[in-house]
Amino acid sequence: MTPYLLSILEGLWVTIGVALGALCVAAVLGLAGAAAKLSPYRWLNWIGDVYSTVIRGVPDLVWMLLLYFGGQILVNDIAEAFGFRRGPQINPFVAGVLTIGFVYGAYMTETFRGAIMSVPKGQSEAGWAFGMSRFYTFRRMVLPQMVRFALPSFTNNWLVLLKATALVSVIGLADITNLAKQAGAAARGEIPGAAIIFMAFAGLLYLLISSLSLYLLRKAEARYSVGVKRGTF
Amino acid sequence: MDKFAIIFEPQNLQLYATGLVATLELLIISLVAGALLTVPLTLMRVSGKAWLSSPVWLFTYVVRGTPLLIQVYFIYYGIAQLEWVQALWDTVWPWTLFKDPFFCAVLAFTLNTSAYTVEMLAGAIRETPAGEIEAAQAAGFSHWNMMFRLVLPSALRRTLPGYSNEVVMMLHATSLASVVPSLYDLTNAAYAIYKTYYLAFQPFIMVAVLYFVLTFALVYVFRLLERRFLAYLRPQGHG
Repeated sequence: MTPYLLSILEGLWVTIGVALGALCVAAVLGLAGAAAKLSPYRWLNWIGDVYSTVIRGVPDLVWMLLLYFGGQILVNDIAEAFGFRRGPQINPFVAGVLTIGFVYGAYMTETFRGAIMSVPKGQSEAGWAFGMSRFYTFRRMVLPQMVRFALPSFTNNWLVLLKATALVSVIGLADITNLAKQAGAAARGEIPGAAIIFMAFAGLLYLLISSLSLYLLRKAEARYSVGVKRGTF
Repeated sequence: MDKFAIIFEPQNLQLYATGLVATLELLIISLVAGALLTVPLTLMRVSGKAWLSSPVWLFTYVVRGTPLLIQVYFIYYGIAQLEWVQALWDTVWPWTLFKDPFFCAVLAFTLNTSAYTVEMLAGAIRETPAGEIEAAQAAGFSHWNMMFRLVLPSALRRTLPGYSNEVVMMLHATSLASVVPSLYDLTNAAYAIYKTYYLAFQPFIMVAVLYFVLTFALVYVFRLLERRFLAYLRPQGHG
């Protein structure tokens, strides 16, 4: 029993790696998407709208298969055009991080757009009045203040993203879910109810990560709301 | 571009049609069963009695904190592959159900959607305006009468916008059925074409478009429902 459980535990780092990698991609794309949606240029608004709408209208798994299998065929076609027999294999870790990041970037776009709009306009106007550049104003005035508004929805997205990383098991990455499935198949006949035990153990690991991150993000929320006065009843 | 023609060959269109039917069946059955499960579980969740509410709290905590894929595997590879279940699944109900992979997927989806919906509905019940409850009490409603005539109808209406998100999430979640062997949903139709022709963009783009259209059809239906059932919460215009 123990060696199987330890083997599932090894997937913890893959799951956390994919989740954090995808979170970084999603945060960057989310900020870019929010900037596009809030920009004064029509064509940028349009790109932002298309990105957040099209991505959210299609299941994560379909994006994953489309980009992983499609990407591999594309790489092979390009390699063939240059006279090689076939292209290099796409790394499923990179494919997973990029796909999940790309999908959750669309959700983050809405999170950041709402948060930026919640920061009073006077704050950035004050920055511009002092002669700060647009980017500097954003970095020093808007960004620190929008964190408070973004955090609740950011927390939500992170928890959904974390669970979505289970999909990388479908493209063959050895994450918690994949290893638990394999352990269940390997121990069948040897341990009664193996798959049940290993799936429950895998589920427990996800619960642990989400509970821990919820705790940390709540603390961050309290930290960023220090300057806010709340009414008491 | 000629590669797109392969998608529209009759036998491949047939694959998509079968997949579309399976996806819609999975979605509708899970949503209806999930909704039936949600109401009693929500009443337990908000009952104020710890022995009723804490099991439901635990259920929603575990289901909402773990990936749906794990839940599907738990039921399909876990419960349905147990030797004693397989020994009974030809004769003894309810184990006969587990023989069918479709049932395993529906069971996982039903439990999943009801866990999310319970928390949504419980939130709406807790936010019932105090005046509505006082009005019912002043009119001499009994507790259950108040619950079924007033609190639930009002909370169900206010849950509608959140529930439309959940329905879209469930539509997308049904794509996970494709990981269960011998279940042919929309995503699996695209996967079958990928395997036969070694084409990825065309079949998966086709299936993405189908999901996209379905998503927006659902969003549109819910917009109509909201206009009907939440009319009383809309800001009043002039004239």
